[in-house]
Amino acid sequence: MAKTIIDKIWEKHTVVKEEGKPDLLYIDLHLLHEVTSPQAFEGLREKNRTVRRPELCFATMDHAIPTANRMVIQDSIAKKQVETLEKNCREFGIRLQDLNSEDQGIVHVIGPELGLTLPGKTIVCGDSHTSTHGAFGALAFGIGTSEVEHVLATQTLWQSKPKSLQVRISGKLGFGVTAKDIILALIAKYGVGLGTGYIIEFTGDTIRSLTMEERMTICNMSIEAGAKAGLISPDEVTFDYIKGRKYAPHGTEFEQKVEEWKALATDSGAVYDKTLELNAQEIEPMITWGTNPSMGVGVSQSVPSPGQFESESDQKAVGQALTYMGLEAGTEMTDIEIDRVFIGSCTNSRISDLRAAAKIVQGKKVHPRVTAIVVPGSQRVKRLAEQEGLDRIFIEAGFEWRDSGCSMCLGMNPDIVPSGERCASTSNRNFEGRQGKGARTHLVSPPMAAAAAVSGKFVDVRTFEERGAYYAEV
Amino acid sequence: MRKFKTFTGKPAVLDRVNVDTDQIIPKQFLKRIEKSGYGQFLFFDWRFDDQGKENKEFELNKPQAQGANILVTGPNFGCGSSREHAPWALKDYGIDCIIAPSFADIFYNNCLKNGILVIKLPEEVIKDLMQRANASDYQLTVNLSEQEISDGQGFNYPFDFDPYWKEMLMNGWDEISLTLKHEDAILRYEETSGVL
Repeated sequence: MAKTIIDKIWEKHTVVKEEGKPDLLYIDLHLLHEVTSPQAFEGLREKNRTVRRPELCFATMDHAIPTANRMVIQDSIAKKQVETLEKNCREFGIRLQDLNSEDQGIVHVIGPELGLTLPGKTIVCGDSHTSTHGAFGALAFGIGTSEVEHVLATQTLWQSKPKSLQVRISGKLGFGVTAKDIILALIAKYGVGLGTGYIIEFTGDTIRSLTMEERMTICNMSIEAGAKAGLISPDEVTFDYIKGRKYAPHGTEFEQKVEEWKALATDSGAVYDKTLELNAQEIEPMITWGTNPSMGVGVSQSVPSPGQFESESDQKAVGQALTYMGLEAGTEMTDIEIDRVFIGSCTNSRISDLRAAAKIVQGKKVHPRVTAIVVPGSQRVKRLAEQEGLDRIFIEAGFEWRDSGCSMCLGMNPDIVPSGERCASTSNRNFEGRQGKGARTHLVSPPMAAAAAVSGKFVDVRTFEERGAYYAEV
Repeated sequence: MRKFKTFTGKPAVLDRVNVDTDQIIPKQFLKRIEKSGYGQFLFFDWRFDDQGKENKEFELNKPQAQGANILVTGPNFGCGSSREHAPWALKDYGIDCIIAPSFADIFYNNCLKNGILVIKLPEEVIKDLMQRANASDYQLTVNLSEQEISDGQGFNYPFDFDPYWKEMLMNGWDEISLTLKHEDAILRYEETSGVL
């Protein structure tokens, strides 16, 4: 029978299968960070348990760390959390990329770039954006701390198999439109609950044409669509990316693995529980105006009014969102002025994101009202960007150039958007208070964020690029 | 874990959609390494104003919500971050049961692992329940064994529940201990799958 990649990975990892119960799945890679792990290690100690397979665990510190002067953590509670991770990794024999490591970075950036993330693996992490790794054809999902403890102790998890949802994206992307715009457009069209109860497989010619970094951006935000996980069947683009990475198989072992990985792709004729379609040609650069990722429109549109929504609860939510965001219905998106720009996060902090932003910024200056930072996703990305001179472009334009970390995506480290300020952010969540209490977040792509930094307001990156230095002169 | 027993309690109504875990427990409280003491931070930015005073308008601060141990709320509750601090905060605040049309997946699992009963009911039933729960002395009985909630005043509704989790909750079992009974199967898998 024709199978989806989800069926194939699930079946291969089932350790125990009993009628009327969830399946016991084996976990190939467990990524850990400082925020969601301390209570799990404590739980092991309380019960005199140990880590079953420390060699399948990999830890880094990213959420609570500073990105400027990173070796000095002034927040004593955050410092203790980081030290606790160091202590736990030492005690249980787990590899850790600490702040001195040249491989340190956001957990969802370093997994792929170090070749730990591979097709067909089951990957978990105490972080919802673990879905990122699905870009390689891995089954990757976020878990809570009790589940972190369970995986540490048993290297398995009890899971009921979710339904399968095909999201088919077809057509050629327009100039200035990115992977970020695809996923924001999808969630704007179908809502934040579109994937609830499902694992999404992204298919279609648009997906096939994307680079690995673009695919990661899309799978990263599957969780924003409510899905358990999001993945993409692997192909030559995937194999080319993996080849030669630090922990990836090498030589003949790599060649053998490629043959195995090829067999993972969804069989033609496989049946999904549901299919949704999106036409890539219709997508324009997206900007969110509200307080969840579905509250977004194309750059040529205006802020909607509550009355444009059908249900009473949506009308209420839109009203609350507009109040929080300090926006009037009917305002053109390109009339919204911004105070901050954040280029970073596990969604958009890879080298191609920084290149795209630098291309816009080159030779221009950040608007006088705007404070703008660039936070590379990993120290490897940072070093590569510096070799290419991207740091000079950003710094000369007036951006701050930082060390890697989660930074301003979630406001639990020193990088916070002050109350009432408006931020164009390449991150993944525009929830109330996400970037700081009272902070107003607009999710955009890296080129859109860069163009907003220079202009002091949102601009259509498509015309901005065509008109070259126009905005810099105004 | 404590065994889940039938109980009668007071529901608080939070009539909002897509309540995310950043709202349930804001990020500044995630830096602690303990598992307890998060109740004071529950819904922090909604519950308190900038001066740290209680916001009288917030649903859980209203007189009829005081002492509530059941939360009745809108669809997609608990979306966003995987932080288990969200159920820890709800539990510590005193919530034993959450009733909503739908839940975000990770949050739903996190609740079960902490002994919070999460019940899905159709949206129109929730609307009815929300209206009823606004009465000040309203009480609801939650019976997991019979999979039914009732108020003794005509509201009587069955709910679906995963049999595996029903058994886990009713017996207060520790999931890791149960899994370790399958250690032989895990070892066999490791030896034959080439994972190591």
